[in-house]
Amino acid sequence: MYKVAYFPGCSLSSTAKEYGMSTELVCKDLGIELVEIPDWICCGATSAHITSELMAIALPARNLLQAEKQNLPICSPCSACFSRLKLADIDLKRNAQLRADVAEVMGEEYKGTIEVLHLWQVIQKYGDLRTEKVKKELKGLRVASYYGCLLTRPPEVCPNERIEDPQFLDNLVSSLGASPVKWSYKTECCGAAFSLTKTDIVYRLSGEILKGAREADADCIMVACPLCHSNLDARQEEMGLDFSIPVLYFTQLIGLAFSFGYSEMGLRKHFVQAKGLLNSKGLL
Amino acid sequence: MARIGVFICHCGSNIAGVVNANKVVEAAKELPGVRVCMDYKYMCSDPGQNLIINTIKEQGLDRVVVGSCSPRMHENTFRASVERAGLNPYMLEIANIREHVSWVHSDNKDAATDKAIKLVELAVAKVRRNEPLQKMYADIEKKALVIGGGIAGIQAALDIAANGYKVMLVEKEPSIGGRMSQLDKTFPTMDCSACILTPKMVAVAQNKNITLQTYAEVTEVNGYVGNFEVNIKKRARLVNMAKCIGCGVCTEKCPSKKTLSEFNANIATRKAIYTPFPQAVPNIPVIDKDSCLYFATGKCKVCEKVCPAEAIDYTQEDEIITERFGAIVVATGYDLYDHSCYGEYGYGEIPDVITGLQLERMINSGGPTGGHVKRPSDGKEPETVVFIQCVGSRDDAKGKPYCSRVCCMYTAKQALLLKEHYPNSQSFVFYMDIRAAGKGYEEFVQRVQTEYGVVYLRGRVSRIYEKKDHLLVKGVDTLSGKQIEIKADMVVLATGLEPKKEAQNLAQLLHIGYDQNGFYTELHPKLAPVETQIAGVYLAGCCQSPKDIPDTVAQASATATKVGALLSQESLEIEPMISEVNPLLCSGCKMCYSACPYSAIEMEDKEIRRGEVKNVAKVLTSVCKGCGVCVAGCYCKAIDLKGWTDRQLMEEIGVFNYE
Repeated sequence: MYKVAYFPGCSLSSTAKEYGMSTELVCKDLGIELVEIPDWICCGATSAHITSELMAIALPARNLLQAEKQNLPICSPCSACFSRLKLADIDLKRNAQLRADVAEVMGEEYKGTIEVLHLWQVIQKYGDLRTEKVKKELKGLRVASYYGCLLTRPPEVCPNERIEDPQFLDNLVSSLGASPVKWSYKTECCGAAFSLTKTDIVYRLSGEILKGAREADADCIMVACPLCHSNLDARQEEMGLDFSIPVLYFTQLIGLAFSFGYSEMGLRKHFVQAKGLLNSKGLL
Repeated sequence: MARIGVFICHCGSNIAGVVNANKVVEAAKELPGVRVCMDYKYMCSDPGQNLIINTIKEQGLDRVVVGSCSPRMHENTFRASVERAGLNPYMLEIANIREHVSWVHSDNKDAATDKAIKLVELAVAKVRRNEPLQKMYADIEKKALVIGGGIAGIQAALDIAANGYKVMLVEKEPSIGGRMSQLDKTFPTMDCSACILTPKMVAVAQNKNITLQTYAEVTEVNGYVGNFEVNIKKRARLVNMAKCIGCGVCTEKCPSKKTLSEFNANIATRKAIYTPFPQAVPNIPVIDKDSCLYFATGKCKVCEKVCPAEAIDYTQEDEIITERFGAIVVATGYDLYDHSCYGEYGYGEIPDVITGLQLERMINSGGPTGGHVKRPSDGKEPETVVFIQCVGSRDDAKGKPYCSRVCCMYTAKQALLLKEHYPNSQSFVFYMDIRAAGKGYEEFVQRVQTEYGVVYLRGRVSRIYEKKDHLLVKGVDTLSGKQIEIKADMVVLATGLEPKKEAQNLAQLLHIGYDQNGFYTELHPKLAPVETQIAGVYLAGCCQSPKDIPDTVAQASATATKVGALLSQESLEIEPMISEVNPLLCSGCKMCYSACPYSAIEMEDKEIRRGEVKNVAKVLTSVCKGCGVCVAGCYCKAIDLKGWTDRQLMEEIGVFNYE
């Protein structure tokens, strides 16, 4: 059993409940124990880091500290949380003054002894997808892997040789027996938090991503971030597209290959239902 | 007691603006052996040199120290002055108080002055032990080697030959012609590249003074100016050059046709036996062993069967020839930057994103598409074409900070040609700045915009998206501040110029320098632009820095002039600062023999005293470069370097004992 300090973040029990459900199912099956960080707080994404530099580091630092006390690598399923945690980790290791300031705020010093990982890294590292766990290969399913911004950028947080055309999620798709599609919109911005304040920007940006996937003949889009998911999934109807395309979390695709049910992975919760698609491919 | 004169140069304000020359003069006057010390605004000027000469004569000086710029700059100038005053020219030392002091310590004038005084003190200490040295002379091999058969090498070879000297032109590819032979039209006059180049190629082949070695490369260089000894590897052509009549039947019948054609920038294939292009000089094919069926499977031999001249010879092997040359011209040209590291342009994996050179081959009527531009993905004639400049130029993030100089112009030219070929087409050019500084260049770029309707957008492309049947190019126009999206059929990348991959190897063979970008370093960026630090080795063309055809040709001719000036001399004066063995002290241990990087030490039996013969080291005066490695290696202190003797250096070190 491999243990990680699990930092679900604010969305995994709310807007991305199904991400949380599928994550827990899949990790359990893969022998990864998610030990939820006691008393975790906001990661500081979006609002904190445009308000106060100290708060932007101190908030994730507290979560890092909690995980450090558990002596476990910290794992976040959300790209924004991951980015904040990892950036704080890097900054604190690099900047002694900042480390002292943050320690003063927290009353304790984060020593930087733990690994900061996104959920996909944990699964890639410790869960072998190529074993008998894959009960049902996702044959014939064309998947557009969508990475978004914070899973691939900035380079110091997400070192990657092909920053404009990352491959790690595509490789994951392949190992499930599905076919990753080649497309140009993998790392485009989905509009992120403009979803609420400048919705038209999200219509345009997310709309282009959806059209790009469609043009590449993808059956569905696979994401690894709750915010990407909500932008891509929830607004398809409002965008007035002449098509719709299901958007699934990578944990849900893994779950499908592990023969988990449609409902237990919260697939019902999506705006664009994947049921028809999955049925037509014989995957349910 | 020595009679030393010290002369401190102000170099205008270059030195005197930082160093207090008066203080240096006053300090120098107190040094042992110094009879006179004075300063002057420009010591290298005529009055400055006369000051030195007259003072030597008036004061009866026997040695001189000049505190000035680097000896690289004016040592020879002042040696000549000293000689004109009747002294041995080597009774001079330079204290470098410009490059080593004023230019680097302008932030602390007092410390700079102290350092200048110390350097003058060192030079005075050393010059006290200087001995008169005699100049040496060597013969000159009146023949030049030109490495690289592009337009630079061709022009240099022709001009050297025109001066009446023998030239060997060595080219790595099967034919001479270089990059220029791949081009279609040339900016800004739009003359056909081949039409102006091929006559020169033929002239090379027909010139009695020029020996051509194609499919060959330099593998070893020894010797020195006037007397280089060079090994040249002639790669096995597997075709007998004396027998081949250049009919081309072998190429036509060769069944192996899958190898990408280097000459056509990989947009077409070639056979295993091939000439790169129809006008090749020599018009004799080579067999590329790697793609030849016979060498892979042991079967085929079609070329041998069809050859009417029995010229195919599978048994040929690489051959190394050794030749002597008085001068070497390096004209190895450039490679084009590999854009596959540009993720935003698709990592080189989008078929319809091509390079400028690929477009050049397409648009050339002699090219694989017969002059028709067809996009690689589906062969469609492109209507909307986006050009992106500065790909691998002026991009620090890619380690290419320099401007490649020709891309602005070749892009403009290609946009013009596209419009001429396809009047309905529309080109867009994303640029950073237009650099069109040549004669008629700015007018050309203006004409491309006003008469040919090419739209220039100042900004970068952020991303190229692959769509079903087109490319979506997203970028910014920084002049209007607008984001731009262009639905394009094809994108052409103006990839920059970089040195040949093997350039650094060759530099090491020749002992010449190269800069941080890999381009060969000229001796002086302004005043010695075709010479290198190694006497007798010269540069021409893009191996030195990116340049266009007019500049390349001008530089090649300049180089030829330098070579002519060298080869026209009766004999060559060489520096006497070489090693010398004292056979009485030599134990014959051979340390120096194995340490010498130039093989300048020989062992010989020598009669030391009457009847006593000893095996001792001997310095080959014409080969020794005066590096001093042997001196450091000698246990017995039997070797000394003239001009840099142990005694001289100990005097310098001794200066620090005064404190």
